[in-house]
Amino acid sequence: MSTNKDIAILGVGMHPWGKWGKNFVEYGVVAARAALKDAGVNWRDIQFVSGAATIRNGYPGQVAGATFAQALGWQGAQVNTSYAACASGSQALAAARSKILSGECEVALVIGADTTPKGFLKPQPGDRPDDPDWVRFRIGITNPTYFALYARRRIELYGDTLGDFAAVKIKNAKHGLSNVNARYRKAFTAAEVAASPMVADPLRLMDICATSDGAAAIIVSSREYAKRIGRAKAPRIAAISTVTPTFASALVEMPDIATDSAVAAPAQSFRAALPKKAYEEAGIGPKDVSVAEVYDLSTALELDWIEDLQLCARGEAAGLLREGATAVGGRIPVNPSGGLACFGEAVPAQALAQVCELTWQLRGEAGERQVANAKVGITANQGLFGHGSSVILKA
Amino acid sequence: MNAPVLEGWFTLDADKPHLLGTRCTACGTYYFPKLKTFCRNPDCASETFEDVPLSRSGKLWSFTNAAYQPPEPYAQVDKDAFQPFAIAAVELEKEKMIVLGQVVAGIGVESLKAGMAMELKLEPLADGKLTWKWKPVVSR
Repeated sequence: MSTNKDIAILGVGMHPWGKWGKNFVEYGVVAARAALKDAGVNWRDIQFVSGAATIRNGYPGQVAGATFAQALGWQGAQVNTSYAACASGSQALAAARSKILSGECEVALVIGADTTPKGFLKPQPGDRPDDPDWVRFRIGITNPTYFALYARRRIELYGDTLGDFAAVKIKNAKHGLSNVNARYRKAFTAAEVAASPMVADPLRLMDICATSDGAAAIIVSSREYAKRIGRAKAPRIAAISTVTPTFASALVEMPDIATDSAVAAPAQSFRAALPKKAYEEAGIGPKDVSVAEVYDLSTALELDWIEDLQLCARGEAAGLLREGATAVGGRIPVNPSGGLACFGEAVPAQALAQVCELTWQLRGEAGERQVANAKVGITANQGLFGHGSSVILKA
Repeated sequence: MNAPVLEGWFTLDADKPHLLGTRCTACGTYYFPKLKTFCRNPDCASETFEDVPLSRSGKLWSFTNAAYQPPEPYAQVDKDAFQPFAIAAVELEKEKMIVLGQVVAGIGVESLKAGMAMELKLEPLADGKLTWKWKPVVSR
């Protein structure tokens, strides 16, 4: 079943992550032109533009698909914009896949870009007890609280250490050193991580990812189209999972102050559900995976994801890390791009950036961070309000 | 007694306060904060809820702290006067849910361990408004 549903990735492109202080549209156009060039496809030939929205850049950001199409030059393509928090890029990719598989179009541009404001993200002003985001700040619960609770739970349950979390940072920093699209290209030592200030015990500043400007774009097509332009061997997308959580939530998620009550229905892990659906759709299992790009909003969260992807049993991710299995050169490298640790999060572009990295990996074009013999890659991310995604690529 | 930070979210019993939630009268699912519209259990179409006090003790699921002062609407103090506070996620057995809250003043993360028994207390925030906090139950 999966082969019929595959689409081809003809080209990928990015604008480097950073704090460049420019309009998000500029980043998007740079990424789109790079992807078109990589694909060998003319902009005029793109039949569908699928944009991931940014909510921090006014009306143009909310209609990002059309904004990018206009900036590249209106040429009459169909257009769409998706918003799904951190999974926005994957939703835009899923929209393109549906159009291609239904025969409505043959080749599409999927694109996301963001410009992030400076400083802390704060809730809207006013007195709003009905807004969970307002409530949690009112009682002193910020974003790092949630990641720290998950991290501490690992320490308490599995015996993970602060040294393990630092080792994730050191590994990802090393991966990102040679990545020209990464914002932070600096090696870290355990002493440097340990010297960074504690933000939310057990997480230090160096355990938590920043927010960045950046853009990623992907040209996808039907496999017939790929064959026609001589790209029959292009990597394929074999699955895109964008499922919602299933009641009752097992974890307290930002911005809530409580989980669902599991009195009438069993508690379920949302993160674990995302790759599960992707594996089913692709008709493969965790043993087939050669490389993964996961959403390391915190260092400890990368370890949770490794278990959610079933790359090892619950509680064993730190063991995998310690034996070097998750580093490039190891058995199952995780975040060869350098991950969010090296990029910082650019919300609507991040899920697409994960797919860009896996495309380079599957083509064997990742240079110093190349995973040997990469055949199958999987992404995973999760954001606010029940959004998340997992995408599987095959060589 | 001081005014609560959120009206109707907890009882003002100084010694043994309770968080106030609701319970679906059809499937028994608890809600905190209160939900009174539509039950979120996908197999339950109920629109009827009763107000219930939640268990005022539970087991510590995980914990952290705020090393820096949270931004507004958190009641602000002078930057130099800010004291880090611990935060607890406490699992309520009967309700089968985890509820967050600050830990009472003077108890840091070094005094906490997952699985510890915790109980609900009330303490004022910097603006004098009362909030719920979790406190380790000291066995006697």
